[in-house]
Parts: sequence; C-alpha cells; structure tokens
Amino acid sequence: MPKDHGIGASPKRREDIRFLTGEGNYTDDMNVHGQAYVHFLRSDVAHGRIVNVDTADAAAMPGVVRIFTGDDFADVGSIPCGWLVTDRFGEPMQEPAHPVLAQGKVRHVGDPIAAVVADSLEQARDAAEAISVEIEELPAVVDMASALQDGSVKVHDDLKNNLCYDWGFVEENRDAVDAAIKGAAHVTTLELRNQRLVANPMEPRVAIGEYSRSTGEHTLHTTSQNPHVIRLLMGAFVLGIPEHKLRVVAPDVGGGFGSKIFHYAEEAFCTFAAKAVNRPVKWTSTRSEAFMSDAHGRDHVTKIELALDADNNFVALRTDTMANMGAYLSTFSTSVPTWLHGTLMAGNYKTPLIYVNVKAVFTNTVPVDAYRGAGRPEATFQLERVIDKAARELGVDPIALRRQNFVTEFPYATPVAVEYDTGDYVATMDKLEEIADLSGFESRRAESAARGKLRGLGVNCYIEACGIAPSNLVGQLGARAGLYDAATVRVNATGSISVMVGAHSHGQGHETSFPQVVADMLGIDADMIDIVHGDTSKIPFGMGTYGSRSLAVCGSAMVRATEKIIAKSKKIAAHLMEASDADIELKDGQFTVAGTDKSVAWGDVTLAAYVPHNYPLEDIEPGLEETAFYDPANFTYPAGAYACEVEVDQETGKVTIERFSAADDFGNIINPMIVDGQVHGGIGQGIGQALLENCVYDDNGQLLSASYMDYAMPRADEVPFYAVDHSCQTPCTHNPLGVKGCGEAGAIGSPPSVVNAVIDALQSGGHDVTHIDMPVSPSRVWAAMNQ
Amino acid sequence: MSQVTMTVNGKTATGDVEGRTLLSQFLRENLNLTGTHVGCDTSQCGACVVHVDGKAVKSCTMLALEAEGADVATIEGQAAPDGTLNTIQQAFQDHHGLQCGFCTPGMVMSAAALLKDNPKPTETEVRDYLEGNICRCTGYHNIVKAIMAASGQDVSSIAAE
Repeated sequence: MPKDHGIGASPKRREDIRFLTGEGNYTDDMNVHGQAYVHFLRSDVAHGRIVNVDTADAAAMPGVVRIFTGDDFADVGSIPCGWLVTDRFGEPMQEPAHPVLAQGKVRHVGDPIAAVVADSLEQARDAAEAISVEIEELPAVVDMASALQDGSVKVHDDLKNNLCYDWGFVEENRDAVDAAIKGAAHVTTLELRNQRLVANPMEPRVAIGEYSRSTGEHTLHTTSQNPHVIRLLMGAFVLGIPEHKLRVVAPDVGGGFGSKIFHYAEEAFCTFAAKAVNRPVKWTSTRSEAFMSDAHGRDHVTKIELALDADNNFVALRTDTMANMGAYLSTFSTSVPTWLHGTLMAGNYKTPLIYVNVKAVFTNTVPVDAYRGAGRPEATFQLERVIDKAARELGVDPIALRRQNFVTEFPYATPVAVEYDTGDYVATMDKLEEIADLSGFESRRAESAARGKLRGLGVNCYIEACGIAPSNLVGQLGARAGLYDAATVRVNATGSISVMVGAHSHGQGHETSFPQVVADMLGIDADMIDIVHGDTSKIPFGMGTYGSRSLAVCGSAMVRATEKIIAKSKKIAAHLMEASDADIELKDGQFTVAGTDKSVAWGDVTLAAYVPHNYPLEDIEPGLEETAFYDPANFTYPAGAYACEVEVDQETGKVTIERFSAADDFGNIINPMIVDGQVHGGIGQGIGQALLENCVYDDNGQLLSASYMDYAMPRADEVPFYAVDHSCQTPCTHNPLGVKGCGEAGAIGSPPSVVNAVIDALQSGGHDVTHIDMPVSPSRVWAAMNQ
Repeated sequence: MSQVTMTVNGKTATGDVEGRTLLSQFLRENLNLTGTHVGCDTSQCGACVVHVDGKAVKSCTMLALEAEGADVATIEGQAAPDGTLNTIQQAFQDHHGLQCGFCTPGMVMSAAALLKDNPKPTETEVRDYLEGNICRCTGYHNIVKAIMAASGQDVSSIAAE
C-alpha cells in the first residue's frame, strides 16, 4: 500500500486550488496604487555606438512621467557576475561592465537604450516611438570561432579581445590525456553543437518597484527563483541599498527553469526609477521582449574524443568547447560551462584520464546563463553521443559498452575533482531495460518497417550534480556567494506551524512536499503546517531554488531546525511530566516518558511554550521557534538511464517519439507524484531540445527566433506518455533526508537518447549517418538521408 | 474610450476601453479577473483561453469591444459557488496536471471546450486539441491524463501514477 501521508506519500498539491480557480497571485496580477508603467526602448541592431538619444519630443507626450537613458545610471553599479573563473594560466576572466541601460554602445538586439515611465503602458509605448536614437552600426560578432580570431571586432572595446576565459580542467592532466589518446587502440571523435535555447517559462518576467520617502524603504516585487539573491546583488552591487531598506518579494512565479535566477537590469531599473519618480513603477515583459532579454541557455560548440583500449575500456576523454557568453556576463554564466560542466565529464564511467578545455566567448547576442541542467546537459549530451558513436564504430552493443565501463564502487573519486557518494548504475540500467521493454524492440521495429517507417532505439545514461555546495569549496572555485540554505520553523501556541524557507517554489510543489517532512518528524497532521517562501521580509536568508537543490539543501535546513524544535519541546515535555529530558519520546504527536504511561500532547507542549505558567524558565526561553542554516558537505549525484524509440518518416524526415522511458535514482523520495511530474517536465523540455527548439541569430546578430511563431516549443501532440521509474534508490550519504534532487534530470538525460535513436533508425535503413545536430528537424534528417 | 458591456461568469460587466484594448486586458485590468493569463503576444500559448458564447477563444486575439453583449466564461467561474472544483479542475489536481499553474487556466478552459464537443476523446484527440496550449512544466503527460480522467475514462493503466 502506498503511504497516505508523510514522507513517501503523494498527497494532492495544496497550491493547486488557487491555481485551478484563477486565484494565483503572480507578479503581473498585482497593481499598486498610483503605479506608473515602464516601456523599454531596446536596440534593434546587434552592435553599435550610441551617437545620440533625443528624448525631447517623447518627454512632452501625454502621460509621460520621465524618460531615462544610460546617463541617468552613470553613478549606479554594474550588474554583477556571481562567479569569477580563473583561466588555465592562473589569470582572472575578463569581466566587462554591464550597465542597467546601455552606455556608449549597444551590444545585442534587445539591449535597453532608454526607458519611458508613463501613466499608462500605452502612453509609455507611444512615447518610446517618438524617441530619436542615432546609432552608428558596427559589424556584429555572432559566430564564436570568428569572435576568437585575431583582429575580430570586439564586443567590449576595453577588453583585450572577445575571450572571457580559456579554462583547462584538470590542467595537470592535459599532457597525460594527450599521450593516452595518442596511444589508444581506438579513438572516437565527435564534433557537435549544443544549440542555444530559450528557457521560456510560461510567465514572462515582471518587476514592480516601490519606494517610501517616509521610511526610505524600497520594495521590489519580481518574478524570481531566489529573492534574497536579488536583494544581495541589486542592493549591494548595483544600487547601493542596505538590506534592511530593501525588501524583495517573489510571489507565485510561473516557472523559471533557471532563467529567473539571475538579476536583471529591469529589476534594478524599476527599483531605481520608483525612487526617482516617487511612484511605483511596473514593468511586464512581452514574450517578444522575453526572447531578447531573458538569459538564454546552452550554446556550446564542442569537439570530444573518447579513447578506448583494445578491450573497449575507456582510457581517456578530451573535450574542447567554445561556450557562448553573449554580450554581458549574466549572474552565473561563467560557472555553467566550467564547474557545472567539466566536473561532470566522467559521467557514469570510470574513465581514468579526462581533460576539459572551455573557451568562453563574448558575442553580440543575448547573455547566456543556466537553463534547466546548466552545463550538465551539455556534458551528458557530448559524452553519451560519443559513447554511442564509439559503440557503432566498434560494432558492439551500446548498452554493453556502457555497462562495461560503469563505475561500480562507491564512493568514487572521478578524475574531474568530484566524489560520487552513492549510485548503482547497473540497477538503473537493469530497470530501464525492464520498463522500456527493450527485448520487444525488434518486433516493434518490424512493425514500423511494415508501415514504411524506420524505427530506432537510443539509450543513454546520465549523472548530475545537484545541491551545489559546499560553500568553502565553491568559494575556492570562484563563487562570490555561499550556497547554503536556511529554514525557520515557527511553532505557534496551538501547535500549528509556519516554516519559513529560503527555497522558492515556482512549480515544484514545496508547499505540499515540505510539510510532509516536518509532519513526519513530529507525528502531526501536515495540514497543521504551512510553508512561507518568496519574501525577504518573512524568510531567513536563503539562496533560493535552482540546481535541483531545494530539498537537498533547504530541506536539510528544515530538518535541522525541526530537530532543534524537537529537542526544545522534549525539555518542555519533561518539565510538564516531571521527568528527565533523556526519557522523553515523541511519537505520533505525543510526548511520553519511556517505560511509563505518562504522556502530554504536542499541543500541550506548544501551549506551555507560549503560556509559560508552568515552565522551566530558569533553563529555557519561552516560545518555540528555531532557525537552521545548512551548508552541505558535497553535491548530490542523481543518476539514471533513459531510452527513446523513434520513428523516422523517410519521405519527410519527420521524427516522432514513439516511446520514452526513464529509470532514475534520486535517493529517497518525499512525494513520488511530484517527482514523476518533475521528470515528465524535464523529458518534455529535453525532447524539445532534441527535436524542435533552436534560438537562431543571423550573421548580423538579428534574432530570427523571437516569438512562439519561430521558436518551436513542444506541444502536447509532439510527445508521448512517458514511462518513469525511480524505484532504484541509493540514498545520499551526507544529507539528513538521503535525497538527491530530481528537477533537472529529465532535461539532462533525455536529449542524447533521442538523437541516438534517430541515428539508430537511419543506420538501420542503410543511411551512413553518424551525427545530426539538434534540433533533429525534418529538414536536417531529410538532408542527412539524402546527402 | 468606448463603453463595453458583456456578461462575465453570469454577471453583467461594463467598462470603458480603448479601441485597442484586448479582451484579455479588459478581463485582467478592468474586471480584476487575473486568472486569465497572458504568456505570449502572438496567440500561440493559450494561457488566455476563455469561453465566448460557449466557444474557446484566446482572449488576447479578440478586442474587448468585439465581446459587446457576449457571454464570457473565465477560470474564476468554473468552480461551484461554495468553492468545490468542477470535474476538470478536480481531475487536474488528482492527476498532478499542473506545476507552476500559469498555463493552467487556459488548459482547463480548453479542456472544458473539448469535452463539451467530444465527451470521450482518445489520447490522440486530446493531444491534437491542446495544440494551441503550451505548458512548459509538465511535459503534458499529466494534463492529457487528467483530461481523459475528467471524461470518465480509466487512466490507471497509463504509466507513472
């Protein structure tokens, strides 16, 4: 029987009621009395020198409150990058300034030049049309290889060139890897592009700035995954507002997928402008605007070489990647191709020697940063594609080749600096073979063939690193923040509980799953517990939600705080029952004295804490509220094996996903229903990357895919039902819940199996095709078949 | 400014709008019915689907003035007056057919229109019908499952409960 409450149960989500009835409170649903509206005038050229911005006519138009340009932000800080990467020569990365509004130059289509604040949005838009902008257009730097050539036009005139950094990892292995590849029995080489994507949460970004002259307090409502990070970055580095005068609120947020981690110019603008015009200022992004102002994802060009010995053991791996940074360094952009990518290159395999080189490149494109998976999808895709290619070159079964090279003993220290605490890659592959019915594949292939279709099977494994930590390690690696999280458990007099958490829920269902944990620990009904998140004035300083970290890091803080609550409440119970603390047991919401029939209820103890008439005041304080900060000892390492079956229409090149199966090991699981949903969504996005999505710039830096008419988001009719299983569970050894994180796995694990399946289908049809870049669109497949 | 009057969720609603005011804007800004969401500007995402005279309409593709005299239904009018979810809403909760909730109002309104015309749709029919509603969170698995369940079909055999 499945559990009906507590850890391991799947209660219905409590947040659903408001979302299903139109009662959600998203940022754009809020309107503040007296608010003005801002419209940003954005660059329509990719690269140019601003000669003149004449706002005189526009400023005289109806309803215009004030027009801002870059000059208004001359004394304001640069939007900061949160991670300093040191290159392979020991030098810091090149780090350009990122002004709130463009100063001197525009560097990508969408770079904001001016901002009109007006009484209505329509008036702001109308006035923006009347601003006269003179720009001396410069050649655009779009292609990364060209950007790195000597003499290339520079995106930033004050930098040496367009190279942000040249990173080597592990640099000491460089020569040994080279020697191993030269001496190997077989080397498989693959060149590929992990295309640029746009995260596209369905809710566009919104920011509302407010300022009170009487108190000097600023409030920013924003669509963020991590309000405290925004408060820290914007307050300390951009606008110079001390924390106690800056409140950041992220209410219901309609998806993020990474793109709402970062501190954006529009947030700083609205906060700044609200004080300048002494009115609340609201900005709501249009979708078209989102395409040219939300940070993009991926965009790596990679060459990978896998060396094998005569027995098909992996002996060395080398990758050479160019990673697009875009025009400016977004918050975590620099960490994505390095520490979130290079450290994952061992995958599930015991390759003894690995060297990763990454050149991060400035171009006249929208900044690129973390998107669901962030570096790990890029690592997984290249590794799992090159293994598949190697198996085909060697004529061995791709699954057998993987199994032969699996890491099987844990803990396992990889040659790329990380240590996997637990895992069982054989078990997840066994489970995959079962749920995907791989033994039935050939008959399904024959059935497809009877209909004239080519059927292919693709399999891959993945490993990811979640719950990025510990702070002292990431500090050494260049992080400019700690990566702990925090929770406060506030027990009220009648026993109900508010848990204030640093994590932010924007689809993950924390309001349902987090109480399951506390309810289990205390033995009380989960309905007595509410989660509070998303408001810096209410929650402890936490780092928010990204990198599948919420439960592993913030959930651990919540466990620690609850343990403190239990310890204190046992002391109170001991006093009430005139017993020793050590003899008190808490079970099912009752405190008992071991070996006796004495008991007091949870509510008796909580009431005593707040009405301390009979209370050990000499020993403990009244009240029952505890906070814990939790800084993990290590990353967590979810892993799994995925299988995809496709059909290829030889007439059109169209690929359809016929079956998709995922066997994941997430360690212990709190709410299986929510975990399934996270995997489904990740797979959907991964299939989107594999088959459909592509963010395209032309040679002039014009963004060609700037709406849902041009950027192909997966629709319901392009994906199947997925078979997902997470019964293989090797608990994390270093956090109290034994959890690993599940938010990104689907997006990390799914693209390679889709492409592997397409290659399998094409080769089964006699087509000599070894690789097709994503998205594997009908035109690309057709061209590959007819080359 | 022109005055427009329509029935929204059974109540008469009147407001002053510009000629360019969209129905979605009128619902959100004039009537404060913010359950109707706007996720794009090209009528692709479907987060703004409402019913106009019984038909599913993307309210961002219709001017408010075009709805003069119309009978409009939005997500806010779907549950019973006592708050009890309707069959489709309940199925979405039961089958975890939503995550961030932003596309959900449009999904529920589209699903209602589908089931009105086709009370027992196949999986393929559900997927085809939802072509105009984008969800970025769920991979559609549980949305399709919820709609089939709401139509009274047994979905227990669909993988991954």
